[in-house]
Amino acid sequence: MITAPQTTRRKGSVRAGDAPWVKWPLIALALTFMLVVLVLPLASVFVEAFAKGWQVYLDSIRDPDALSAIRLTLTASGIALTMNLLFGLAAAWAISRFSFKGKNLLISLIDLPLAVSPVVAGLIFVLLFGLHGWFGTWLDDHNIQILFAVPGIVLATIFVTFPFVARELIPFMQAQGTEEEEAALVLGASPWRMFFSITLPNIRWSLLYGVILCSARAMGEFGAVSVVSGHIRGETNTLPLHVEILYNEYNFAAAFAVASLLSLVAVVTLAVKKIIEDKTGRRGEKA
Amino acid sequence: MTQPSIGVGNSVGARPQKNQAKRPGLLARLRGKRPGILPGFGLSLGFTLTYLSLIVLIPLSAVFLKTASLSATQFWAIVSSPRVVASYKLTYSVSLAGAAIDAVFGFLIAWVLARYSFPGKRIADALVDLPFALPTAVAGIALTSLYAPNGWLGQYLEPHGIHVVFTPLGIVVALSFIGLPFVVRSVQPVIEDLGRDVEEAAASLGANSWQTFTRIIFPAVFPALLTGFTLAFARALGEYGSVVFISGNMPMRTEITPLLIVSKLQQFDVPGATAIASVMLVSSFVLLLVINGLQAGLRGKGEDA
Repeated sequence: MITAPQTTRRKGSVRAGDAPWVKWPLIALALTFMLVVLVLPLASVFVEAFAKGWQVYLDSIRDPDALSAIRLTLTASGIALTMNLLFGLAAAWAISRFSFKGKNLLISLIDLPLAVSPVVAGLIFVLLFGLHGWFGTWLDDHNIQILFAVPGIVLATIFVTFPFVARELIPFMQAQGTEEEEAALVLGASPWRMFFSITLPNIRWSLLYGVILCSARAMGEFGAVSVVSGHIRGETNTLPLHVEILYNEYNFAAAFAVASLLSLVAVVTLAVKKIIEDKTGRRGEKA
Repeated sequence: MTQPSIGVGNSVGARPQKNQAKRPGLLARLRGKRPGILPGFGLSLGFTLTYLSLIVLIPLSAVFLKTASLSATQFWAIVSSPRVVASYKLTYSVSLAGAAIDAVFGFLIAWVLARYSFPGKRIADALVDLPFALPTAVAGIALTSLYAPNGWLGQYLEPHGIHVVFTPLGIVVALSFIGLPFVVRSVQPVIEDLGRDVEEAAASLGANSWQTFTRIIFPAVFPALLTGFTLAFARALGEYGSVVFISGNMPMRTEITPLLIVSKLQQFDVPGATAIASVMLVSSFVLLLVINGLQAGLRGKGEDA
């Protein structure tokens, strides 16, 4: 218990740590830490990218291998996003609108990919589609290439971004309730009409939030994609893999130039995320 | 506000009802008490389960089935070889160190963001999530260039004999970068929700600020801090992209377990890679259970307050 009562106490400063001599040093310490740990790495990407001037920067980005990496990254993350968006909507609809056995287990299983190391996420597709994998021989016989090709990259990307849309939508739709949708049906709307004119508008911010988190992760995924890609230049290199190759060739300016594109995507993601949070009054979510 | 008409809690005890006897299939038995009028249960749940199985469950089970094809002695020889054991030790200790740094500074950042207002706060708040948004490979090369002997930070550390790049310290730097948002985002809402009344009560009973902090505030925030720490730790165990560049990947010294899996795969040693992966998977599933337990405990606490 508290034993020694203070004799003098200024009114108004009842909350711990509110005194200016506590507050400002703490703010300074926190911001210094963030400056060193977060801002410097981000800033260094752009400084290193322009270290050899605009021309080298532009050449690095217009390089055919870089352009093909951009195309592949956009393709793979586009497919992954679409698939996981459909899944997120279906899972959130089933979980938030109906009650059934095993629902809690299902919610936990959806989060499972977050607990798996990206490298293991890549490995599982090697086990399935590799030459000695479950479907390896069959695929080989039918001349279908999944591993070390675009389908493998797409699958690995889908796996690592699997829960992102669903885990934003499920709690939001659970809290929302079903009255409006039931009213629409009672008034004679078709199920799809109900979905497009009631459900979708209601969940739009939550959906967008999940979509930007999902696409940021999809474009930036490295470990899983690295295992399944085979690193064939101009064919199976995504942007992060292209960064790795350039970096390992000591072509630092080009590596950071390509990395600056990804960093730009990250900064835009953070900005959009913050705007959605402010608009909806929601907190930052644990990803 | 609208009430959630179907809570998660209902699902466990849900039982099929007699008036659904017309539709006695699997769906009806899965389906809960209320028939309801909302459509699409079969379609949405069917798609969900199929997709979950195809993308996650079946592929993950491949790791364990493949591992089961090894004999016990083969398995043990792989997962207990000196190089692999050295990688476990390294991975666990650097992950613990990284998560501990995150716990200390994540708490500080969450505190400052939740309690004070200052210029640039909104930007600082948005910036906390940078490690989620920045691709790990980009973080990896940026940190390596910062801490290299001629880098912005490295040039001041090297003369003092502090070597970061290609040492375990470098891995800790990368992992504390990756894990920071987990702690901040776990702790920040709890600090924001702390009741002003308990602090005022403590103060009116004569507690000074430090006593209020250590006896009232910290105990209330601790479960969230522990959750954030565990999330950061779990993420660090599997981290690959940000670490490979800064670690130097020297066997027995700076080789983390995920990296070892990759190098086994590059040598076409799929069984070896799979055996190590199964050990990693089991340890991350155990951590997932711990995290779920912590979060359930946190929710219970939240209802009391």
